[in-house]
Amino acid sequence: MSNQVLKLSDITMQFGGVVAVDNLSLEVNQNEIVSLIGPNGAGKTTAFNVITGVYAPTNGAVYVKDSMITSNFPKGNMKKLYAGESKGNYSTTMKKTPDQITKLGVARTFQNIRLFKELTAFDNVLIAKHMRQKSNVFSATLGINYKEEQSMREETMKLLEILGLTEVKDEVASSLPYGQQRHLEIARALATNPELLLLDEPAAGMNPQETDELTAFIFDIRKKFNLTIFMIEHHMDLVMDISDRIYVLDFGKLIASGTPAEIQNNQRVIDAYLGVQEDGEE
Amino acid sequence: MTKSKKMIYTAILGVLILALLIFLEANKTQYGMAYTILQKGIILSVVAVSMNLVTGFTGLFSLGQAGFMAIGAYVTAIFLIPVENIKDVYYISGIAPGILSFKNWLEAGPAFTQMLLPYIALIIGGVVAALFAALIGYPVLRLKSDYLAIATLGFSEIVRAIISSPQMDTITNGSYGLKKIPGFVSIVETFGIMVVCVLLMVLLLRSTYGRAFRAIREDEVAAEAMGINLAKHKQMSFIIGSFFSAVSGGMLAMFMRSIDSRTFSVSLTYDILLIVVIGGIGSVTGSVIAALLVTASKEWWLRFFDNPLAIGGVQIPFFRTGFRMVIFSIILLVVVLFYQKGIMGKNEFSWERLEKRFKKLISPKKGGAKNV
Repeated sequence: MSNQVLKLSDITMQFGGVVAVDNLSLEVNQNEIVSLIGPNGAGKTTAFNVITGVYAPTNGAVYVKDSMITSNFPKGNMKKLYAGESKGNYSTTMKKTPDQITKLGVARTFQNIRLFKELTAFDNVLIAKHMRQKSNVFSATLGINYKEEQSMREETMKLLEILGLTEVKDEVASSLPYGQQRHLEIARALATNPELLLLDEPAAGMNPQETDELTAFIFDIRKKFNLTIFMIEHHMDLVMDISDRIYVLDFGKLIASGTPAEIQNNQRVIDAYLGVQEDGEE
Repeated sequence: MTKSKKMIYTAILGVLILALLIFLEANKTQYGMAYTILQKGIILSVVAVSMNLVTGFTGLFSLGQAGFMAIGAYVTAIFLIPVENIKDVYYISGIAPGILSFKNWLEAGPAFTQMLLPYIALIIGGVVAALFAALIGYPVLRLKSDYLAIATLGFSEIVRAIISSPQMDTITNGSYGLKKIPGFVSIVETFGIMVVCVLLMVLLLRSTYGRAFRAIREDEVAAEAMGINLAKHKQMSFIIGSFFSAVSGGMLAMFMRSIDSRTFSVSLTYDILLIVVIGGIGSVTGSVIAALLVTASKEWWLRFFDNPLAIGGVQIPFFRTGFRMVIFSIILLVVVLFYQKGIMGKNEFSWERLEKRFKKLISPKKGGAKNV
């Protein structure tokens, strides 16, 4: 029994002629914070979508806690597949739907915040509790499950308190300030009781001070909820501060992996990504 | 406003409505129009709320209501037509022997089943429609928005075509329709059924499943990422909505006493859609209020425009049969222009809101006193 929480092996994701993710293999171990970085369009979010079951990969397999959740191995050889000659010669042998993957303990946030906009902050978090409840539609309608409902509400309140959102619990999600929307999205993800949290650009649109706060916040929730965190991020300060390990993608290909120090000194990464950063404004 | 105060208000409102209904029941002949309109409004409010459940709360744009109502209406009617009237109703090709013997068996049953028969019929009508919904929901609910609307609209027309086809003569009496359906005992009964149906739907919407439905409406991708099984919950909402649509269809059959397949044409679905939009997509009370208002203004309050009118001996043009529908359409346009989200929007009726409105009415300008 390894302490691997997430493993991708040979994941390829092709959209028509575009290869968004090319033969990506990576591992995330328990209680680690691992970052996935790369220039825009490198295939980071696509990799997330494969992990969470939004896309079925063209090739490869995804494992969560040693159990295979998605796999697809083409029968023909890969080269033919790329050329589009052997269409139909591969088959998805297995793919869990996003909700099943969430039930296994993988929660995520989205790059461009996807809250339930017209519902209150409280309801947003409460909805994430729905999947773990046991009542059926009849007992829920007739209120027979009131004890469960009560405990769902209490857990939600507790969670909002931990994340400092108690004061805005009755506000409509879309009316919250940007930073709080980000926090609420993380709160909602945490409400599903995950072991692995996938954060898609949590610091997007934040100023340096807010980014510092976010760094502390991520460390904090990792400790409180015993989480493993896998995130996509562009803010290099945040990534270098927070990560145990980093994977670097460029044009769908994994070009480097290692500790922050190793990545900073990796010539290929500097060429592909950080070099541009140093010349540029960021 | 305190909880007990609210409960007292609600109780008073309930008693007032009940008193009004009993009064109407006692003076049926005198207030025939009000009686009929109110009854029809009550029946349509059930289907409007059920459509709101599917369209407004779960975000599935379904236009199959008329089809499900037809199923409910025909099942209810076949259950309820007394055996002695069967020959008059099925005078063309007779009734299927299976149904006849079933009806004989029903009629031979104990007295209390006779009393409960309308309710049993309504529920069975609902269950049959729910089964159809489950069957077509599986392939159809994979479609999104407009495509789903077209598919369900098609289903509704198929149901109508099958009901009126000659092959179904011995069951549905084909295009001749069914008549001599026993009606409601009183308007209080109609109202009672409506209250139970709407209450059940409100309780569902308030439960954890109702929240899941709303999550699907707001954002399918996020809902799925939160562990909500989209297919299962959409199916659930669709089936429950169809059940209550069919119950309302059964009530409509009992109200009209005679039905045929043309009753359940696409225009019925549009009428219901109109009620839902006017009331507010995503508001249960809005749907109930709009059902009453739309029915009343369409069939009663605007009758005035249908009669010829002469002022000072001069005949005013336009005042002739059908003109009320023009006026009705204009009113609709105005309502939609000024209340873009319907009468209630996404809000529900609450005493607090009413109190605020009332206070505003009494003192329209808050800073009025200062200026004096």
